[in-house]
Parts: sequence; structure tokens; C-alpha cells
Amino acid sequence: METATINAIHTFDVTAIRKDFPILNREVKGHPLVYLDNAATSQKPQSVIDALVHYYSFNNANVHRGIHSLAEEATADFEATRDAVKDFINAASREEIIYTRGTTEGINLVAYTWARQNLKPGDEVIISGMEHHSNIVPWQIICEQNNARLKVIPVNDSGELLMDEYRTLLNDRTRLVAVNHVSNAMGTVNPVKEIIQLAHEIGAVVLIDGAQSTMHLDIDVQDLDCDFFVFSSHKLLGPTGMGILYGKKDILDAMPVFAGGGEMIKEVTFEKTTYNELPYKFEAGTPNIADAIALKPAIDYINKIGKDNIRRHEDLLLNHATERLRSIDGLQIIGDNDHKVSVLSFVISGVHPQDVGILLDNKGIAVRTGHHCAEPLMNRFCVPGTIRASFALYNTIEEVDKLAEGLAKAVKILR
Amino acid sequence: MANTIEQTEAEIIDEFSLFDSWDDKYEYIIDLGKKLAPLPDEYKKEENKVKGCQSTVWLVADYRDGNVYYQAESDAVIVKGLISMLIRVLSGHTPDEILNANMDFINKIGMTSHLAQTRSNGLLAMVRQMKNYALAFKSIKFDA
Repeated sequence: METATINAIHTFDVTAIRKDFPILNREVKGHPLVYLDNAATSQKPQSVIDALVHYYSFNNANVHRGIHSLAEEATADFEATRDAVKDFINAASREEIIYTRGTTEGINLVAYTWARQNLKPGDEVIISGMEHHSNIVPWQIICEQNNARLKVIPVNDSGELLMDEYRTLLNDRTRLVAVNHVSNAMGTVNPVKEIIQLAHEIGAVVLIDGAQSTMHLDIDVQDLDCDFFVFSSHKLLGPTGMGILYGKKDILDAMPVFAGGGEMIKEVTFEKTTYNELPYKFEAGTPNIADAIALKPAIDYINKIGKDNIRRHEDLLLNHATERLRSIDGLQIIGDNDHKVSVLSFVISGVHPQDVGILLDNKGIAVRTGHHCAEPLMNRFCVPGTIRASFALYNTIEEVDKLAEGLAKAVKILR
Repeated sequence: MANTIEQTEAEIIDEFSLFDSWDDKYEYIIDLGKKLAPLPDEYKKEENKVKGCQSTVWLVADYRDGNVYYQAESDAVIVKGLISMLIRVLSGHTPDEILNANMDFINKIGMTSHLAQTRSNGLLAMVRQMKNYALAFKSIKFDA
């Protein structure tokens, strides 16, 4: 067991990986940065940073319309990301890849177009008890506007969805199921394939929030058979302000447009405007060109390392952290189950998460404390918030040990 | 003769200058937090909450003989330590003195820069709430 562990680290070569992420060299409060807030956003490899600099210093031009060389080059790079994303999630065609600002915008786009058009009074939308606010609030807004009802799949004490309850929620009024692939607050991996299959049996459409899964799990939207899949670039080594909405082509084609403006039109007269083809129909205005371009090197980086390798390394970190932290007196893991990736969320009796966060920060250790934009889930577990450590490919066993030591010390001072 | 607000601020700045490290400063603040007198449960209600960030803060004030007296508590101990310092500086002074206090000691002991933005906003929210009480008591005084 011990030997296998060492080999896995050795093959993976985390030291070499760390050299690609310049921010990891910095210090915080006089200590080397230990960045364990990867579920909030990941750090960026040099290739992503270089792509941003290269675009602005060499290639900056508006895309699609220009006839000059710069515009052609920028457009080629901009569109190359779409092909990379298509392969990354195994979409059937590049037209199914819509650029957004991030997961939240992707969900809102579907809510304000598909849901607004298709939800009739009395219809039902199913979400889960472990959703991020971004996958709750847009549906609440649309359900209120359309007189539809929001139903919630409950979560058990181990932080897993109660699938039997889900089955009973599904009925002939269910139009849409929107759940996360991986919980941002607990790391639980949900059985989305089964969720999708059950929803499809009664004719409902399914949106998967992949914000927390895309960095860690192999994503194959055709195999999952989801109707929509949304995620953010910045959680998978790419820039902020860039995200992807995947949708099945026939559904996207039938959907009304979202925002109106340049790029999304075919022909404009004051009498009537006709709309552009997919994917441009949903991409009004000058897009986030630089960040779209710099998402490709992020995807290339993940592909180069390999998701299997990343997953294996992160599991090692998660298991080690779980083992070390369990020995802290009064520590309770929120979401204590066997189907998790990368996230360890916990509370410690007699100690406020915020105090722990401040003391860890004082040692250069970055974790997230609070409700993680999942207040209903926090209420479910009767906690005001948790401390969340989330791991990435560049984290080390030594960093996990620093977290455990920092926690033990914080608890001693705070109690 | 009781200290002026500036004198108490200067005392706290002096005390903090003795600490070599942030560890020591935090241990001191935590100690202050643990020693802060608990707020009676009847005051822990929604209207007494200060909207801060991640922790809950309850703040109440009394007006006696022309001076304002504060009591407060939080569920987070570092915040409690910070409140304890704010109370030490402001409690027992007239509304005018409190309204004129610039609270520069927070900067001088390094708290503004050391605490992340969202958290020091919580600290500033507490100061604002304390000053709001002073302003309210001041207007009552003029009405009477």
C-alpha cells in the first residue's frame, strides 16, 4: 500500500507540475502559499497566462467580422477553443458549444430561454438539496414568473442524494431536472447518469451543473445523454469570465434567443430580424475573446497530464487529508461518503469556521470558510458554514500535512 | 479622570507594539474574545444583529448620564476580541465624542490590512453601527 502510494506520486511528478504555476512560488504572511481553495477557483499555468499576454500584445482584434490578418488570426484562435471544448466533453458537434461568462450565466441562459418558453402553470422543476445558489435562484425566478413549482431532492446524513425520493418526485408535470454533477460544498459525486435516464423516461429535460466536475472527472455529454451541461473556465485552470453551455443541437435550435445584439443576427431590418445559426445565435456582442482563446491552453494542459492521473493524485490528497483530519478532536466531515472528488468540508465543535480560516491564512494556508453559496445545504446539516479544503493537481501531501498541523494548532488556541 | 478615546487608542497601539508576530497578536485578540462578558440571551435577536460577513454579531447600547455604553457578542472568537477592543475604546463616552472618533487604531495595529476585505468590512460595519447608536442617542438628547 505504502509503496503504491509513493509510486503514484512519483509517476505523476507534482514537482514538475508546480513549476508550471508561477503563483505557487509566492509567500503569504511570510509563509509559502498553500492554496487549498481550488473549488472556488484554480490557479493558472504559465501557458494560459502566456496566451492572454500573447493575444493582447500580438493578436488583438475583433473576431468574425474583420477582413484583415489580425482579425483572421484572432478568429482562428477563438474558434479553436470551441473545437477543443467539443472534444474535451465529447459533444457531437461544435455548434453545441456556446460561450458564456461562466456556469451561472449558462444556467440563466437556459432558464430565461428554454424554461421561460416551456414551463406552463403547474409544471415542475426538480433541483437537489445540495445545489449552489446559481442552480437554485434562476429556477425560482422562472418558476415564479411561469407559475411553475420547484421540487427538491433531499440529501441524506452522508451528503448523498436520496434517489428513491427523486423517483417519487418525477411525474408527468416534471419538465426539467437541474442538478450538480459534483457538490461544491461537499465534493459528493452525484449519480447523474441515472438521474438523466430516469428524467428522460418521463420526458423531462436535464441540465447538469458541471462547475465542480469538469476538472476532475471524464466528461462525455453523449454518454451521459444530458440535454444541457454547463461549466466555468476558471475552475479548470483557465481564465475567469469565460464559460461553456453545452446543449443538444435540436434543443438549442428550438430555443428562443437570449440577448440581442451584434453577432447573433443574420439580417436586421426595422420590421424583422432573423437570427444567426448555432452557436452564434446565443453569443450577442463582442465576446470575451482573450479569455476564450486562453481556455484552450488550459484544456491542453489537462489533456497532457491526463484526467486519470489528476484524479488519482487528488484522491490520494483527499484520502490523506480525510485520514489526518479525522484525528482532530470534535471534527465532523460534512458529506462523509465514498463518492467524492477533491473537496473536504468539515466543522469542528466549539470553533467557528471564520476563526479557523483567519488563523490558517496567517500561516499562508488558503481555505474557504462559510456557506459556500449553498445555504439550504448548510441548513440541512444545521451548521452556519463549514471549513472547506479543496485540492488540485499541483497540491502535495506536505501541504495537506501543513493543513492538518495548522488546524490542530488553531483548535488548540481557539478552544 | 477616565481616558479620552484617543488615549485608549494609544494604549492599544502600545500594547500591540509589544508583539513580535501575528501569532502573538491573534492569541491576544482571541484571549480578549474569550474574556468578553457574554451578552444576555434576550438581546440576541434579529434587530440587534450587525450585518457583517460570515459570523453573527449582536450589538446593544445604553445611554446613561450623557454617555453611551455598549455590550456585544459574536459566535466567532476573533471577532469577539475585535469587538472587545471597540467597546474598550468607545464605551462610556458622549455621543459627540463617539461620532468624532476616527478609530485610527484599527489601521495602526494592522487590522485593516491584515484581515481580508470582507472581514474588515464586518469590523467597519460594527463601528458604523456603534456610531449609529451614538447618533440616535444624540437626537433623543436634543428632543428632550
